[in-house]
Formats: sequence, structure tokens, C-alpha cells
Amino acid sequence: MFDNFPLWPARASTAAGNVDALYIFLIIVSGMMTLLVFTAIVIFAARYRHRRGVLAEQIEGSIPLEVTWSIIPLGVFMVIFVWGAVVYFHSRTPPRDATDVYVVAKQWMWKLQHAEGQREINSLHIPVDRDVRLIMTSQDVIHSFFVPAFRMKQDVLPGRYTTAWFHATKAGTYHLFCAEYCGTQHSGMIGDIVVMEPAQYEAWMSGGNTGPLSATGEKLFAELGCATCHRSDTQGRGPTLQGVFGQPVQLQDGRIVTADENYIRESILDPGSKIVNGFKPVMPTFQGLVNEEQVNALVAYVKSLSGASAVKTNTAMAQPTAPAKGNQVQ
Amino acid sequence: MSMATPIVTPVEREDYLNKEYGVASWLLTTDHKRIALLYLISITFFFFIGGFFALLIRLELLTPAGDLVQADTYNKLFTMHGQVMVFFFLIPSIPAVLGNFLIPMMIGAKDLAFPRINLLSWYLYIIAGIMMLHCILTGGVDTGWTFYTPFSTAFSNTKVIEAGLAIFVSGFSSILTGLNFVVTIHRMRAPGMTWSRLPLFVWSHYATSIIQILGTPVIAITLVLVVAERALHLGIFDPKLGGDPLLFQHLFWFYSHPAVYIMILPSMGVVSEVIACFSRKRIFGYHFVALSSLAIAVFGFLVWAHHMFVAGISVYAALVFSLLSYSVAVPSAVKVFNWTATLYKGSIHYDAPMLYAFGFLGLFTMGGLTGLFLAALGIDVHVTDTYFVVAHFHYIMVGGALMGYLGGLHFWWPKISGRLYPEGWARLAALIVFVGFNLTFFPQFILGYVGMPRRYYQYPGEFQVLNVMSTAGATVLGIGYLLPMIYFLWSMRYGKPAPDNPWKAAGLEWQTQSPPTTFNFEKEPVVTWEAYNYDEIDTGHKEEVKVVG
Repeated sequence: MFDNFPLWPARASTAAGNVDALYIFLIIVSGMMTLLVFTAIVIFAARYRHRRGVLAEQIEGSIPLEVTWSIIPLGVFMVIFVWGAVVYFHSRTPPRDATDVYVVAKQWMWKLQHAEGQREINSLHIPVDRDVRLIMTSQDVIHSFFVPAFRMKQDVLPGRYTTAWFHATKAGTYHLFCAEYCGTQHSGMIGDIVVMEPAQYEAWMSGGNTGPLSATGEKLFAELGCATCHRSDTQGRGPTLQGVFGQPVQLQDGRIVTADENYIRESILDPGSKIVNGFKPVMPTFQGLVNEEQVNALVAYVKSLSGASAVKTNTAMAQPTAPAKGNQVQ
Repeated sequence: MSMATPIVTPVEREDYLNKEYGVASWLLTTDHKRIALLYLISITFFFFIGGFFALLIRLELLTPAGDLVQADTYNKLFTMHGQVMVFFFLIPSIPAVLGNFLIPMMIGAKDLAFPRINLLSWYLYIIAGIMMLHCILTGGVDTGWTFYTPFSTAFSNTKVIEAGLAIFVSGFSSILTGLNFVVTIHRMRAPGMTWSRLPLFVWSHYATSIIQILGTPVIAITLVLVVAERALHLGIFDPKLGGDPLLFQHLFWFYSHPAVYIMILPSMGVVSEVIACFSRKRIFGYHFVALSSLAIAVFGFLVWAHHMFVAGISVYAALVFSLLSYSVAVPSAVKVFNWTATLYKGSIHYDAPMLYAFGFLGLFTMGGLTGLFLAALGIDVHVTDTYFVVAHFHYIMVGGALMGYLGGLHFWWPKISGRLYPEGWARLAALIVFVGFNLTFFPQFILGYVGMPRRYYQYPGEFQVLNVMSTAGATVLGIGYLLPMIYFLWSMRYGKPAPDNPWKAAGLEWQTQSPPTTFNFEKEPVVTWEAYNYDEIDTGHKEEVKVVG
């Protein structure tokens, strides 16, 4: 019967337990508050119902009571706030060596590119017990990547990357929903998250793999002629990209920005907006010349120049249990 | 309270209803009471349009597959349900009908400060309403009531500009009503009607008016920007044109979160009046209840980004807005505790308005507490944009606001119409609305946590049972809302004539005749008593007032 009458979503990520624990706490707290108020109302309503000849007793109010029932709820609220903030902070802070999956949303489908090279549409295969980081963008309107079983949701915006991460704990197939209304087939923009045991995942991954995404990016990098300016030495017209990713970059206007995925992306599509100190704004935009998936491949390539994310991926696979620590219920 | 009516005098008294007849005497009236009735008729009309859309939505969701209407039609239905209910029913509901009717009388004034502007605001509402109807009838709009960009400015091929302009115009109606109330409450109080003798209904409308005046211009500007981007391709929100889609969300929620308080604060005012009257008591902690309305109005402006925790704002912005959101929860809780405490040692009557007030307390408490869930960052990530949010805001905006509206209509119906409504039917309707409401929306909390996203035309089969429950509840709720309309209409012709003060209620509005004359009072009243002086009314003299604690 519970197949079509679920009262609780599947719990399949490290975040799920944290969110559920807070949720249960909130149900208890608000249940108690409701009980308190409702009991008082019912008792008063019954005890003080109108009787002929009995007058109401006029009471002005009470400052100590007002203070009490302002301070106590405020204290309870602050506990909820801090707990909620801790859960949120955890869910927004991806572990360092997470595996990257690039997500491109469009009306009305999900396109996913694994850093290892596999590409999928409306389904995402991932191994159990691995930190997976999603680097997401949209080709058109705002979408939202929502996996109820992971208690994870992040809006996917056009024109920039947003990120999210999860650590699946249980093999199985779970819903992927678009949670931000995006037009006609919004409710059809759904897919499957397939969490597999590591061995099965290896088998799936090796089937028809075309090589890592960064290799695709490298090829594209050459084809587009990027290498003419962005040389591996420091003699090019553009800054070298070796070891740039994740490092602070000094801009011409004095600002210092971190070379993250959004920065690389912006530098490809709108190169004039952030000029590296000491260089001239000579790079043409690649807006319209490369699609979102190609941008992702280029970003993956630039990242690979700073310590090879492919290698990181392998370490993450070799020690699947390591990052799970500290993810227990607070 | 028993409805034993005194012997009715057949002498026809002149009142605001029978003073003049004819269409012009209504359409050109500057009487705040007639304008209130014009609003009553027009918002009831839009309520049933919005309700009809809701009915179709619930019927579509009876089965997982999309089978009743097309996907695009469904998207238009929930969009226009939201727009019609929010901008053309809930926002004007209590202020423009009950507030308009009662505020001048409650403070002992002949009319609002600007009677012609009052009429103008109704005309603006009607113009906006006609624009909205035109939009609906010529194809409608499918952006969601939230108009999120860049979908609304670059992708939707429906009547976005028409809908946006209709809401733009309706905003001016709302601003003018708020302005009129603020000036009236400041300048038109009768001698002796000090700030701390004001009925809490007036206090809550004062707070509401502040939001209407300060918040509404922002949604107006935002909608103009949407129109500019859509029609002229100015890059404001669309990243392809160099804009920022999150800017839209900030601007939109800067108004639309406080707008929730435009809907709920007046309802709280009604509940204060009703609970005081039917407990025969002054409100416990009058000043705290009054000030909490202002606190809600002010803090309400500081929490908008809690609608955007997964939208792509920074972690630190999210922390701040989560913290601030709890600041609104405190005054709301204070109100609930004070109303509950008012019942203590009261002399409680169970007439229909009081049943609605109890219903309000129940639904608002649940709506408020589930707001705590949503303000908690970690929970919000999971439940935002799901049915949990849908359930939460319906508990507040329909459970709370509409319960108050209906309770208020029943309470003041004798004053408004000069007739008594049938008490038995009214109690039954209050019960049906409460039960139907919970049946409709409680399952949606579970549905949301289990993971069903909102605005889904079709859904995975496992969500069906909860959806069927919700649709079944909506049917009951629909009956509950239809009943009052039927017996109110019935009572206008067949109801017993109402005495001037059928509830023996405090408040200046009850000291004039039912229905009142055009200028409300024979001569300007002088107030020498405190608000809610039920001791004097019930015993003829002032009782000792206790301070407990």
C-alpha cells in the first residue's frame, strides 16, 4: 500500500539524515507548541463558556507574561536557526576531492557530462559512497535540480554556474525533478538518479567511454586556436592557463578574484569583463561559437591543467569511505 | 449570544442603502460604505473566477497523467489562479471591503479623508480587473504568478505584458487605499479617540497601509522592468542581454513577501475584534497586540530573500535572511498567545464569527509553525518549490486571511446589510470550511516533504493517494465557501432586520444605526471610554481591571 502512499521520502545521501533529524525535531517542537495553544483554547473555551449571570473577568494583560512568551519562542527559534544553518552550510560546502559532473539544463531535459567522459540525458549514474559535485548551468530559463532522496535542491541559472554536491549512501534509482517552473513540459523534465555499487559503476563507466571530458576540452582548445595565445609558457598574448585554476588572479582594475569555474566560463564567453593584470583585452568572445557542453569541456580542461582532476577522481574512487566522516547528524 | 431580536419597528429609517437608488448613485458615490459594497461585489466575482481555476487544477491532479487539460492550459490555470486570488481578491479583501466600511465608523468619522480618491481606487481596481479579464479571455498567461525571469521576459509566448500591466494598475488602487487609511487614522479620529483607544482592527489596518504604500511601488517598478525587457529587449534580467535573473527575484519578493502581511494583518484585526466581543473581554495585552502589528509590518520588509535560499544567493546572505525571518515569527506568536489568553476567564459565546476566529487561530498557528520549517535553511533546501510551500502559504493566506475575512463579514453583516444571517447555517459553513481546508491542504505538507514539486501538471504515480485526498478536501472546501454567499444573499431579502448592536459589541460602529446613515453618526461622537469596555456594556459600570503575573 505504501507504494502509492508514501509518508516519507527515501533516504539515500549523507545530507538526508541531517535534514530528517532537524525535520523531526521541528515536528516535535511545533507539535508541542500546537498542542499547548490548542489545549489552552479548548480548555478555556469549555471552562469559560457563557453562563447566565457569570461575568467575564477583565484582565489588562501582563508584562512578565508578554516577555516570557516572546523570549522563550525566540530562544527556540534561535536553536532552529543555528541547527538549520549548520545543515545548510554542510550541504553547500563540497568536499575538496569530489568528482565533477557537469549539468546543462534546457527546456525540457537534463544533459549530464561526467568528468570521466560519459554523457547522459535525463539520467545520472553514480557510484555509492562518493562525493559528487554538480556544476550546473542552463541554456534558457531557470531550472532547479531536485533529488528528494538526497534532500538536495539547487536552482540552475542561465549565464552562470551554480554548484551543489551530494554523497549517495544507498544503491537504487531515485527521482530527479525540475523544481523551478520552466514552461510547458516542466513536469516532464524529470529523470533518474541511478546509484550503483562501485563494481557495477566501473562496468557502466567503461562501456563506450570516449575518454575524459578534459580530453574533449583539450581537443576543442586546439581546434579553436586558444593555444596560440594561451601558451604553456609565459610568452603568449594571453595569460598561461597552467596551474591557474583555483588560484587568485590579479585583475587590471586591481581586484583579485579566484579562478573558479564561473571565472573560467566568463573569460570564455565575455572575455572583456575581467582582464588579467598586464594583458590587453584582445580576446574575442566565444559566445555563440561554443555551446554550453563545449564550455564545460573547456572548463574541465583548464581545471586539468592545475593538478589533473582525472587523477583526483581516481583517488576519490580508491578511498570511497574517507569523505563520509563528519556527515553524521549534528 | 442568542439572536433574540427586539420587536422590529416597521418605520423605514433612512440609511446609506435606501437614501438614493439608481446606478449613478452607486457608481458616483463617495460614501465609504457604498464603495465598500462595490468592492465586496467585485472581489467576490474575482474570488469565484480564481476558485474556478483552483477547481480545475485540483481535478487535473486527481490522476497522475495529464488528462483533463493540456499542459499549457494547466500552467495558465495555476498562474491565473495565483494572480487573480492574490492581486484581485486577497490584497483588496479585508482592507477594501471591511476596512473601507468600518474604519471611519470605528474612529468616529463621517468618511475617509479622501472620499473621491477612495472612489478612484475602486475605479482603478475595476480597470485593472477588466485588463486582467481581457488577458484571461484572450489567451491568458503562463509564467506562474511570480513572473520569474528570463522565462517571463524571453521565453513565454503568452500574454505576459497584459497581465503585468493589469497588476501594475491594481497596485495603484492598493496604494491609494493605504494612503487614505493612514491619513484618515491620523487626522479624522473623533475627540477622545486616542491611539491607545483605537480598536485593534484599526491598528492592524494602519500597519497594513504602511506596507501597501511602501511596498507596492516596488512591484510596480518591477513589472514595468519586465515589460520593458519583454517589449523593448532592454537587458535587465535576462543574462543573454546582460541582465541578472536574481535581481528580478530580489525585487519581486521585496514586495511579495510583505504582501503576505497585507493579506494576514487585516485578518488579525478582525480576529481581535471578534475574540474580544465573544469573550466579553478586553484584549489581553492590547498594546502588545497593537505593536506586534507594526513590528510585523516593519520586519516583514527585511526577510524577502528567504524565498531564494536555493536560487543562487551566497551562503552568508542566506544565513542573514534566515535569522531575520525568525524576527517576524516572534510578533506573530505573541499575537496568538494574547488571543488565547483573552479567552481566559471570559464569558465565551459560540456564534459563527467566533467559530471563524477559532478556525483562524488553528489554521494560522499551523501555517505559522510550518513557516519555521521553511525559514530553517537546511529544511528549506528540501521543501522549497514543493507542495510543502504550497500548503504553508495556503494555511496563511487562505486559512488565515480568508477565515478572518469570512468571520468579519459575518460579524459586521448586520451592520452592513441591516439584516441577520441565519446563524445555524453560518456555524455549519464555518465547520465545513475548517474541515475542508485541512483535508485539502494538510496532505500537501506530506506530499511536499516526500518530494512532489509544485506546478506539476503530471506526477509520478506514488503521489496519487495524497493528491486524491487533497482534491476531495477541495470539494468540501468549495461547498463551505459557496454556502455563505447563498445565505448572505438570502438574508438580504429574507433575513430578520438587525438591531443596531446585535452582539452588544463595543466599538463606535455599533453605536450607530444598522445600516448606518450616509454620514455614520447623528453628531460627532466623543469617546470617554477605553477600547473593548465590555465590563461597562455588560454591567453598566466599570469593573476593576486586573493585571496578572
